Amino acid sequence: MLNSVGLSFMLLLSAVGAAIVERVGYDYSKYHPMPEITSWMTQMEKDYPGVVSIVDYGKSYEGRTISLLKIGLNTGEKKKAIWMDCGIHAREWIAPAFCQYFVSQILQSYKTDTIMEQMMKDMDFYVTPVLNVDGYIYSWKDNTTRLWRKNRSPGPPGCDCYGTDLNRNFEANWGTIGVSFDCCSQTYCGTKPKSEPETQSVMNFLASRKDDFLCFLTIHSYSQLLLIPFGHPDFTATNYDELMTVGLGASDAIRKVHGMEYAVGTSPAILYPNSGSSRDWARMQGIPLSYTFELRDNGTFGFELPEDQIKPTCEEAYSGALHIITYAHDKTFNGAVVTAAATLWTVLLAVGVTGANLI
Amino acid sequence: MALRIIVILAALMGVTGSPTTTVRPETSSVDTAAHPNSIPETAEETGQNEVFSEEEAAEDVMATGELNPNHYPAQRAAKVVQHYLTTRYGSPYRLFGLQRVHSGNAEDVGDSGRKYQLEIAVHEIISNTTQKCSAEVFFPHGQKQESPQVQASCEELLNISTKAQEEALYQQYKMNQTLISAQNLPDSHGHIEPDTKPLWHLGIVASSFIMLKESNENTLYNMAQVANITQLATENDQLKFDCHTLLHDMVSQEILHWKLLFTWSPAEGVKVLQMEQLPHCHHCEKPPNTN
Repeated sequence: MLNSVGLSFMLLLSAVGAAIVERVGYDYSKYHPMPEITSWMTQMEKDYPGVVSIVDYGKSYEGRTISLLKIGLNTGEKKKAIWMDCGIHAREWIAPAFCQYFVSQILQSYKTDTIMEQMMKDMDFYVTPVLNVDGYIYSWKDNTTRLWRKNRSPGPPGCDCYGTDLNRNFEANWGTIGVSFDCCSQTYCGTKPKSEPETQSVMNFLASRKDDFLCFLTIHSYSQLLLIPFGHPDFTATNYDELMTVGLGASDAIRKVHGMEYAVGTSPAILYPNSGSSRDWARMQGIPLSYTFELRDNGTFGFELPEDQIKPTCEEAYSGALHIITYAHDKTFNGAVVTAAATLWTVLLAVGVTGANLI
Repeated sequence: MALRIIVILAALMGVTGSPTTTVRPETSSVDTAAHPNSIPETAEETGQNEVFSEEEAAEDVMATGELNPNHYPAQRAAKVVQHYLTTRYGSPYRLFGLQRVHSGNAEDVGDSGRKYQLEIAVHEIISNTTQKCSAEVFFPHGQKQESPQVQASCEELLNISTKAQEEALYQQYKMNQTLISAQNLPDSHGHIEPDTKPLWHLGIVASSFIMLKESNENTLYNMAQVANITQLATENDQLKFDCHTLLHDMVSQEILHWKLLFTWSPAEGVKVLQMEQLPHCHHCEKPPNTN
């Protein structure tokens, strides 16, 4: 009898031990270098089989793979989708931190939150934790490289400098405003639109799937803003009102978390005009809800946001992103349900009236 | 009768159609800065590498009257007020951030420049208090960069006394056997060692003199990092420092390197003796082993 008690006790101990080991997970409140982010992605795929899969969709200039996590509950049908990318600008470290947090949050909440579960059934989330892989790795190199912004392709012949600003390289009014043709400039837009392999990766991946995407969120820092298309002051999005309303709703959601203010508007209005941005390109492809998130802070620490601010920043940004995603989902799915119900009732009524007449 | 039903049904179906509409910006209740009359210019036409002629046209249209407090003209002017307040009242224990712009107004002053009037909320970072200020910023429109002129009055800016802490720090640094120095404030992860925080703060105050002087309507300066700050021998009861600072201009996205020589004491505050912009080493950013 003592033997069986002892055995049970040992089994209990090993179960508890195993549980503790599993709980010691990834620290979402720290900045992670690229190799750690890559292992984390592999781990997510392992931990959530059938829900998370890694999709390699391009190569950086220096030949590294650009990958995203495709997250959704498999219904076997072609699904609507949400796009999120982080780290298009190397020095904006809070952005990749947010993408990782976002993934962990939706994976945690769908098990208990029926709304999230439904969204995961209806849509797939495509999250790229680090888009500008070469630039991000370069910014981790040493103290002198921390504030690098662009990718790492060499400049055109005769140029002494490296890098193209990927967020000026998309085919959206390319090279018209808010850019520089000086290859040493931080806003150098490249030799032509889509000249950079990183830009090509995104454009090629989305081009064939653009009708599936409801929402395009591109994450940056800093300034605490939600920017809507377009960067060129002469162009207004056809759904400007919707973009503003939903954006203001997201800003309200953000404020409720930690009291932080995120202003909402077009780039030329609240920040500066620009062209060739991924947000603008996505909108021009027809993806209706396209936003640039500029996360904390307002200039005190700037790009070098302290790690103790990672969690609160991610929490508020998650709230904001979720507001937009929920709106996109409900408009597409609940809206259809309402329309179907209304149509059904109308038909029944018509049949009833017609039937009555026939009598 | 059945035909009428079908028509009604068809109409109902039509109403639940596409939600996208073309909206004319002037009719929306939400503010917009679309300027349909301006024409984009290409780089070749402007004959320069930087393409921001569009922005200048936009500013001309926005020049006079009431400003949207969330839009960039008021925001950039308010940031200048932040730098001004920091130069005048900043210390290792008093630093300012721009919390919010409540309202703004701008008007041309003939050809000489543009004057902004602002109501803003200023955040004192160390005590974590906020207060209102009224300010006036004048941006001269000369051929070359001229420092904006600022006047500001805040309710009780100096309400929280920092005298004791400043005096203690001053004495501590004055008595230093080895002169203190620090690098990379903050570091790559945003971290600052507690005993180097006062040096970071001093670096910010001193850098604010540069940010103020270099500001115009086409810039928005913030600190990026104090790369190096080194204490030099005390002179005339003033602590003296040599500093290499990195500034970030949001509009161009450039990181500007400056070298500063400045003094500080609780009585005199920060005074800049010398400032010099450093050229940035572009070929240093190439990978090793490239020709």
